[in-house]
Amino acid sequence: MNKHDTLPPLKGLVNDDRQHDSAVKHVTGRAEYCDDIAEPMGTMHAYLGTSTVAHGRILSMDLDAVRAAPGVIGVLTAEDIPGHNDISPTGKEDEPVFPTERVEFHGHPLFAVIADSRDAARRAAELAKMEYDVLPHALDPLAARNAGGTLVTDPLKLERGDVTPAMEAALHRIRGRMEIGGQDHMYLEGHIAFAVPGEDDDVTVTSSTQHPSEAQHMVAHVLGVPSHAVTINVRRMGGGFGGKESQMNLFCVVAAMAAKKWNRPCKIRPDRDQDMTATGKRHDFVVDYDVGFDDQGRIQAVDSVFAARCGYTSDLSGPVTDRALFHADNAYFYPNVRLRSEPLKTNTVSNTAFRGFGGPQGVVAAERMIEEIAYKLGKDPLEVRKANFYGQPGDSRTLTPYHQEVEDNIIDRVVAELEENADYQARRQAVLEHNAKGGVIRKGIALTPVKFGISFTATWYNQAGSLIHVYNDGSIHLNHGGTEMGQGLNTKIAQIVADAFQVDFDRVKITKTTTEKVPNTSATAASSGSDLNGMAALDGAEQIKARLVKFAADSRGVAEDQVHFLPNTIRIGDELVPFNTLVKEAYMARVHLSAAGFYKTPKIHWDRAAGKGRPFFYYAYGASCSEVSIDTLTGEYTVDRTDILHDVGRSLNPILDKGQVEGAFIQGMGWLTTEELWWDDAGRLRTHAPSTYKIPLASDRPREFNVELAEWSVNKERTIKRSKAVGEPPFMLGISVFEALSMAVASVADYRECPRLDAPATPERVLMACERLRTGG
Amino acid sequence: MSQRSDIRFLLNGRAISLPSVAATDTLLDFLRIDQRLTGSKEGCAEGDCGACTVLVGRLTKQGLRYEAVNACIRFVASLDGCHVVTIEHIRGADGGLHPVQQAMVDHHGSQCGFCTPGIVMSLYALWMEVAQPTARQVEVALQGNLCRCTGYEPIIKAALAVSEYGTATADYLAETRDGITEQLQELRDGARVVTGPVDNQAIVPADLDDFAAVLVENPQATIVAGATDVGLWVTKFLRPISPAIHINQIDALKRIEVADGAITLGAGVSYSDFLPLVQEHFPFLLDYWNRIAGWQVRNMGTVGGNIANGSPIGDTPPVLIALGARVTLRKGMERREVPLEAYFIDYGKQDLHAGEFLESVTIPVPSTAQLNAAYKISKRRDEDISAVAVGISVTVQAGQITDARIAYGGMAATPKRASAAEAALIGRPFGSATFEAAAQAVATDFQPLSDWRASADYRLLSASNLLRRFYMEHSDVDQPVRLVV
Repeated sequence: MNKHDTLPPLKGLVNDDRQHDSAVKHVTGRAEYCDDIAEPMGTMHAYLGTSTVAHGRILSMDLDAVRAAPGVIGVLTAEDIPGHNDISPTGKEDEPVFPTERVEFHGHPLFAVIADSRDAARRAAELAKMEYDVLPHALDPLAARNAGGTLVTDPLKLERGDVTPAMEAALHRIRGRMEIGGQDHMYLEGHIAFAVPGEDDDVTVTSSTQHPSEAQHMVAHVLGVPSHAVTINVRRMGGGFGGKESQMNLFCVVAAMAAKKWNRPCKIRPDRDQDMTATGKRHDFVVDYDVGFDDQGRIQAVDSVFAARCGYTSDLSGPVTDRALFHADNAYFYPNVRLRSEPLKTNTVSNTAFRGFGGPQGVVAAERMIEEIAYKLGKDPLEVRKANFYGQPGDSRTLTPYHQEVEDNIIDRVVAELEENADYQARRQAVLEHNAKGGVIRKGIALTPVKFGISFTATWYNQAGSLIHVYNDGSIHLNHGGTEMGQGLNTKIAQIVADAFQVDFDRVKITKTTTEKVPNTSATAASSGSDLNGMAALDGAEQIKARLVKFAADSRGVAEDQVHFLPNTIRIGDELVPFNTLVKEAYMARVHLSAAGFYKTPKIHWDRAAGKGRPFFYYAYGASCSEVSIDTLTGEYTVDRTDILHDVGRSLNPILDKGQVEGAFIQGMGWLTTEELWWDDAGRLRTHAPSTYKIPLASDRPREFNVELAEWSVNKERTIKRSKAVGEPPFMLGISVFEALSMAVASVADYRECPRLDAPATPERVLMACERLRTGG
Repeated sequence: MSQRSDIRFLLNGRAISLPSVAATDTLLDFLRIDQRLTGSKEGCAEGDCGACTVLVGRLTKQGLRYEAVNACIRFVASLDGCHVVTIEHIRGADGGLHPVQQAMVDHHGSQCGFCTPGIVMSLYALWMEVAQPTARQVEVALQGNLCRCTGYEPIIKAALAVSEYGTATADYLAETRDGITEQLQELRDGARVVTGPVDNQAIVPADLDDFAAVLVENPQATIVAGATDVGLWVTKFLRPISPAIHINQIDALKRIEVADGAITLGAGVSYSDFLPLVQEHFPFLLDYWNRIAGWQVRNMGTVGGNIANGSPIGDTPPVLIALGARVTLRKGMERREVPLEAYFIDYGKQDLHAGEFLESVTIPVPSTAQLNAAYKISKRRDEDISAVAVGISVTVQAGQITDARIAYGGMAATPKRASAAEAALIGRPFGSATFEAAAQAVATDFQPLSDWRASADYRLLSASNLLRRFYMEHSDVDQPVRLVV
């Protein structure tokens, strides 16, 4: 028996169910969020003044009363911007910090008031006297199209095969339209930024942001200073979900401008109403689809147009609408396909990233087409789904509309296992029998798949850095470019580093993300946090390990292959040396114990103009099966049971991944059920706080909820420890609830037709869909 | 009667005396800004997300009682004589994690952590009441707590497991009970409190008669009972409320009397206070009652306030009108009683004179011949404002409907009776044709509005369908006609 067999095993390494590294701080209220930081003396508070019309030319802006209000220090308008009046995240120069000529949505920020308390700033912001020449407004995609169809960015077309003849040759053809609503992020912690001025041009901003490097760039751009003068810090966010990828730019910029102008710290925190009206959301879509198919339900051709409510600027609408097209196939092979995006300008807040980034809307549309086909042919939709799944390499059914080969397809196995585990067939039979009795309460069941492409489609974002220090007491300090918003990224990365050094988890400390430690980072978005930063952290750890190995070998006169990292111990030849001891020895021998790690995703490339390439490194898969009951008198419903089987490759941390899957499912379900954004005719968003905008509660979750990870799955690509990204893919599992509701509705007319059901399927939409079937309307 | 100007209460482990409290000062700002107790979070400032949940202990007839409340809309001036407990005060027996906290950690109940302190507080409040709750009880306790990350499953599992980590009777707040009770009793000096600057003043009357007198002196005052509506006037609309008269501490307004076939509740009785009586006297109302707002708001908000503020979408007026409730209005020492439906005159207009207040509500206990129901339709089942709410009371004798009272909320500018639908029922046999006629008559009773909660079409259709549901529920349909959670 080797001596090291008696070493106590380590806990908290890769693949362990390690608890979130802030869990104890969360439950005790000691986790510090931006608004919890003690304010230095003299801290000022900013608040935004916003427009009261949806579209208009600014005739005059009288801020005298604002300036004269109690506690007010001053105001900031476009004229106060020292650098560029622009915070467009993709460099399109279409998003001013504050507009000078035109307001483009109801709630458009026009100026900021700076006061000695937040209350004073809020009250003063109401006192502006604005005069507008009111212009006509278009609030939704169809209205925008009718008004001339101005686009905020170039549309995308994906095309493969010969659509027109294939469509004409198809035995069956269905044209349809579906409206898919947007979604507010409703992170529990709203936007916030807190700027402290420094010497020279320096300013340090703490913010709740998923994208510190972009915030840094924007602050520098607006202040007209080099990026090296600006530091952005974020310890943690109270949720992000994409809403803090570009939308915090405004708040960081305002706080920094005020801090520099008055040489005092400045904090800005909108209230929930302003957070929801002045910052972007998930894009609403209107999808027009045209699908040709055969008697088996096999799709021959698809021709779809995805019109999106982008709001008044491009923001991230280009890549969002692109990703809608990238996922308009979901898990299905389209032999002939033409997909077009229509990123429409609307007089609403500029929409932005939200978990799935357009992908969910594409998937919803794909699933709707499958349902249409199934009803037309009188088949179980699951049968139609299976008939259209992508194939395996070599069977000529693997090419996506963007000409990427699907090389890692496991959807058949995922769906087959879920079908079995959820007892789908027997339960569908029971649902049909229940409905055949014709009562008020009808049931529905649906099993829907997900295939989701992983990588930023902007190829250059697929890079990451890390900075690791091993101190001479053997403790390890780690920074990486990712941000912690609850997903447990820091926990996973600490596990990776602890695993690399074979040390206890607690030896690794990850501190706040800061642009001072790791430069030029990408947003923690596109589910990429662990994939990119995990690899970068591992690279840094491996560099230091290599130096330690060389030192250990040299110091003992053994070959490097005689050095092994064991739990908290290094075996050098036959000698066992505690990790701490070796580190101390290495330090004394002047070994460099710090490293900057780096990673870039291999294999990917994308030619947008040609609509061809390999935008995704790999795909993540999953499936969910939901059973629902609806009340056909009121449209109310319950989710009776949901079963999920989801693929995260070889999980870095199964319990955290399961948490992501459960949470994403509920959020996806909320998007498609009770979360409704509602604008009045004047263009005012009237669902702008949790009192009016209804995200799921504990009592909305499925009455029975079985969630499993596909433990057998291993990423075919060389990702970090062969894991897969988990942030976004399970969001689309919520679609099974929507399609189950649709089936329950369809029972009212004995499944003769696919119900016209738009999302979100509120009780009202469910009842009205029933009513249309009952009255033949 | 003595008068003082400071607000006195206990905060966690110490006594607080604030010399001047403005009417608009909220507990959450006091905790976070003045006290730097930053564990309680602001998520919405309107009592809907629960991130600011704290416990407020108050002396009741049954002794010291801790309730989960929303600090964001709770006014500091309303805390006189209370014990405020925040997340910073929560600890386990050994000074480590409290059982609720340990259960949350072990079941991975937090992700971003921002909602977590509030959830811990709600679960703690539940655990003090029910050591071994069911999943449904946990859901009800968490109706006022939003979590956007976890999907709630691990939180529910944690809540079900708390008692594996400790016993409520050996808990810190249980052990300090007697001492806290004594301290709170000492704070109750029977004085009227007038506090805050003259233009932002809060008044806490000494007792009911004092309240009546103060209101006559200040007829323009804002009466604050549970603050679950007035709180939003301040936090969302920045409206002045001075002088604000806080009535939540007046014992006489918390009285519930059961006599002469009727139950009378004082205007200060909260939804939670009234829950046991719902269970006993109005069992049909139980499901409905637990769908009024979230738990924190039910702990704060009052039935009297729900009526007095005159909203067309309050949850209690429709069912109370259907039950034939009457309200007692008082000015000075004079009282008058009006039928509840007569109290609502028009949108924003009630039968309430200057200096007058709603003192109590009297609800007749239904007769055995009476069939009753209360239904609520909302976008989300729990913690949502109703799109349509209805109270239905139908008296049936020998198969004939002899009386019918149907009142809807959300269908008009006030909670309103459906007189055409009632007329279609009265004097007719209890049968499907009769109810079909009544359902169709709803369209002549109402011309509802479209808004973000529902369209006019949906309101009308579902409102009439609720009469169809009522009939089916009270006849021999052998299938469920309503979803059960």
